[in-house]
Amino acid sequence: MHEMSIALAVVGQVESAARAAKGDDDAAPTARGVTLRVGELAGVVPDSLRFCFELACADTLLAGAELSTETVAGRARCAPCDADWATGLPPDLCCPRCGSGASELTAGRELEIAEVRWAEPARVTTPEED
Amino acid sequence: MCRVTELQQAVLAKNDRSADDLRARLTARGTTVVNLLSSPGSGKTALLEAELRLACERGVPVAALTADLATENDATRLARSGAPVKQVLTDGLCHLEADMLAGHLDGWLPDPTRLLFVENVGNLVCPASYDLGETLRVALASVTEGEDKPLKYPSAFGLAHLVVVTKADLAEAVEFDREGFLANVRQVNPGVEVVFTSARRGQGVGQILDRALAAHEAGGPAHRPVMATAPQAHGHHHVHHSHAHVH
Repeated sequence: MHEMSIALAVVGQVESAARAAKGDDDAAPTARGVTLRVGELAGVVPDSLRFCFELACADTLLAGAELSTETVAGRARCAPCDADWATGLPPDLCCPRCGSGASELTAGRELEIAEVRWAEPARVTTPEED
Repeated sequence: MCRVTELQQAVLAKNDRSADDLRARLTARGTTVVNLLSSPGSGKTALLEAELRLACERGVPVAALTADLATENDATRLARSGAPVKQVLTDGLCHLEADMLAGHLDGWLPDPTRLLFVENVGNLVCPASYDLGETLRVALASVTEGEDKPLKYPSAFGLAHLVVVTKADLAEAVEFDREGFLANVRQVNPGVEVVFTSARRGQGVGQILDRALAAHEAGGPAHRPVMATAPQAHGHHHVHHSHAHVH
């Protein structure tokens, strides 16, 4: 299960954002909740991630923070047919009209931090690029 | 009321950046990485041993790094080929990450090495999410695993540049449905090449080597998987530079 590695990466990125958001003399804000956007084709199990997230948050600025996940459905597109379809899971990446391979997967591989809810005001508006 | 920051950060962005760095550094020294993914027991060590032996016979400078949760058995087997081999023990971790690989290559990777084969931890779930700086990703499945493997592990097969069927000599005995398997691969990765091999019979050995050398010459794989075109696909990620908004 790589969900623990993912949970640790989320905690690391939120802590970086918290340090970037604090003023020079202030303590870094603590996080109350984190929302992740998870594509259905990202290969991540949300329940397993929630379990790991709780462990990964212990003794950090995220201690006790709640994890919410927004699932993003897989969608693919065939340019020649101008067709767009839900891939489903397991995904069907062949065009339902012409049968050839999709030109692109437009959604479904997301694995990103959408937003963080802070217990204290965040002051800086640009997150640290890390 | 609490404040909300929209971060819009890809969770695996750090690994993707490390992988891009490693790919650039290795390319500069003439090394192309081949990342091999499969379930435990698929026969990838036996096939890799045969591929390495062939490379040594042809005078192609190759090396292999093999990752396992425990034991050095695989390195011992691969070393019989005559190629330089390194065993990495992940101490229970189910996959390799780009930084880990870079650390293991430091001070070990022989010069010159044209192809570096990385035998990932036997697992079709977790390693699929981690770009290791490879140019060619190969997903392997044995005929004994059944034809629906690509549908059960769509990320592993969907992001592969080459799919290899192993233990083809057993296909008849286990009533392997070849057409069904090909259709399932096509569903998750249309256009990817599928090759059949049997390390025991020496059948199809050399195809991974040939495809890897072609990718090395071309500076990239011949196939681009549909799944790799996604905005967040690993290895082709887009770091979001959007500014955070405080509400």
